[in-house]
Amino acid sequence: MDAPARGGVPADAEQAVDAARDAAAEPGAGKARPADAGDADRAAWDVAARSRVRTTDMRLALASGKGGVGKTCVAVNLARVLADRGLRPVLADCDVEEPNAHLFFGPAELNRARDHFVPVPEIDNEVCLGDACRACVNACRFKALLAMAGEIMPFPELCHGCGLCGIVCPVGAVGSSSRHIGHTAELESEGVRLVSGEMRIGEAMAPPLIREVKARALEAADEDGLLLYDCPPGGSCPAVTSLDGADFVLLVAEPTPFGVHDLGLAVDLLHHLELPGAVVCNRADMGDPERVRRFCRERGLPLLAELPATARAAEVCADGRLLAREIPDFSERFDDLASAVLHSMEGAA
Amino acid sequence: MKTLVVLSGKGGAGKTSVTAALAAAAARDLSGGVVLADCDVDAADLHLVTAPEVRREEVFIQGELASIDPDLCTQCGECLEHCRFHAVTEDFSIREEHCEGCGVCEAVCPSGAVRMEPRRCGRWFVSDTRFGPMVHAALDIGAENSGKLVTTVRKQADRLAEESGADLVLVDGSPGIGCPVIASLTGASAVLLVTEPGVAALHDLRRVMDLADHFRIPALAVCNKAGQSPAREAETEAYAEERGLLVAGRLPNDAGFVRAQERGLSVVEYDPEGLGAELDEIWRNVTSQLQLRGVKQCG
Ligand code: SF4
Ligand code: SF4
Repeated sequence: MDAPARGGVPADAEQAVDAARDAAAEPGAGKARPADAGDADRAAWDVAARSRVRTTDMRLALASGKGGVGKTCVAVNLARVLADRGLRPVLADCDVEEPNAHLFFGPAELNRARDHFVPVPEIDNEVCLGDACRACVNACRFKALLAMAGEIMPFPELCHGCGLCGIVCPVGAVGSSSRHIGHTAELESEGVRLVSGEMRIGEAMAPPLIREVKARALEAADEDGLLLYDCPPGGSCPAVTSLDGADFVLLVAEPTPFGVHDLGLAVDLLHHLELPGAVVCNRADMGDPERVRRFCRERGLPLLAELPATARAAEVCADGRLLAREIPDFSERFDDLASAVLHSMEGAA
Repeated sequence: MKTLVVLSGKGGAGKTSVTAALAAAAARDLSGGVVLADCDVDAADLHLVTAPEVRREEVFIQGELASIDPDLCTQCGECLEHCRFHAVTEDFSIREEHCEGCGVCEAVCPSGAVRMEPRRCGRWFVSDTRFGPMVHAALDIGAENSGKLVTTVRKQADRLAEESGADLVLVDGSPGIGCPVIASLTGASAVLLVTEPGVAALHDLRRVMDLADHFRIPALAVCNKAGQSPAREAETEAYAEERGLLVAGRLPNDAGFVRAQERGLSVVEYDPEGLGAELDEIWRNVTSQLQLRGVKQCG
């Protein structure tokens, strides 16, 4: 597959990003940032921008409306057969709430963990005008700042890190601290590189960590490599963040009433985001496969493959092993699926 | 009144099927009745089994969305530079799905070209079902604030339960451990974790169990698709034992779940002797764990 080169990141932006990331990777970073903390924050946020700037590769997202339809199973097996073809895939596990892809890579362990933070405000009470001002409290749309006993108290868990409080403060009393959101790590196994993120328990917002996973995956990818995004289920912000920048989306469906209902929601999301896509029906004989076929005809979506439900396949998956390695029939099917996906992606490009 | 939240960490473990079956058992056994809340607002499925008749429909407005007036915009680039969510495009329009509604662009725009407007995120409903009242919702495609919508659904369900003197609010949660799940757990009496044998499911179970612990909510588990992988099942049981997690029951990997779904029924209605009996056992364990009052015939 020949993806056209579409330009790269200017060197200085690249350096700013790296500097910001290194700062954030240090344990305890964020407290007492240097005077130019604002720039560092912005650079940290530009990690996300970077994933849009450098687009020398192809990005395939795997998504589903309903969870548990076997999306991760399809993603890891597809990554494996793509690697067998020498395409050097990087798989980004964007389901940072419940990351599972690494469980399918057997003895290979995740390593090089990096912690990630989002900027949150810190109020310098020496400088702050307190109750008399409250400009920041009034400005914050997320109620992340509260005036209490004359002092301004930030609630980091509610903060979206937008920086508005710092912009509106008349005396520069808003400094920068950070909130730990989770970590990313990677592994390499037989030609597949996996980047995985794990959200801290109790952290509510997944999108910032998803952006980090995608940025790190891009970093790991070769110039003309193939990026795969294993997206979280559903259609709200985590799914939208994961799908951002994808060239093509493979929707994994299940032929049950719940499955097809949720597939409909996923297709609506693709239309909304103006992304091209196709469907693979997993466990096709578990419900009524005709249901998914009919749906695809009606919505004008290609149905690229149907994977059977067998007791052996269920067991191999439950064990975290690869169908494409253990069951010859599946190995062929995933190989065909890979061809069909690559073909569709070229057609959509 | 007690609140039971059904979660799974992993999607597709059978959470909604179990919720529907418990709803049928609760409707049959509780003298004060049950109120259902579908908090999987992102991909709601409970209505496919409960066939709700909508009595009330409300638009859910939450947060704000920026818009840039092209007539006033001088393309100075301030908003583009300051927006940390990359929601402003190069040609100064707003990418809706990226806008968090924080208002930074409005604050920095020197020509007053940005307007913040209330944002429609979805709809929510109060309905009648054969099991009792149900509160459910539909998040708009690609919308934000699913956690806030979940909170709205929860509050409405609690209010209905108080008004009608219901014994139980039964909540179908969403997958994951993020904001919608945290919102569904607020004020819960207990959480029922639906899991299945397998490395991925066990990994997810650990995460959602940690979350329940984090909020100090007592947890029970149901192991679905039992028999699929005996070795993995043993692992799950060992984990439950180690964490002091009560296993309220096991459900076989049975096509009856899909068949019931096809007919729009819960398994308690579809197969009362087989899967339904297994669910009744789980229901009995749940009621005793919750110390539910008003149970007519359990025990
Ligand atoms: S950064 Fe934004 S969300 Fe956080 S406290 Fe400041 S204004 Fe509120
Ligand atoms: S805007 Fe600045 S001075 Fe005013 S209350 Fe907030 S931190 Fe203090």
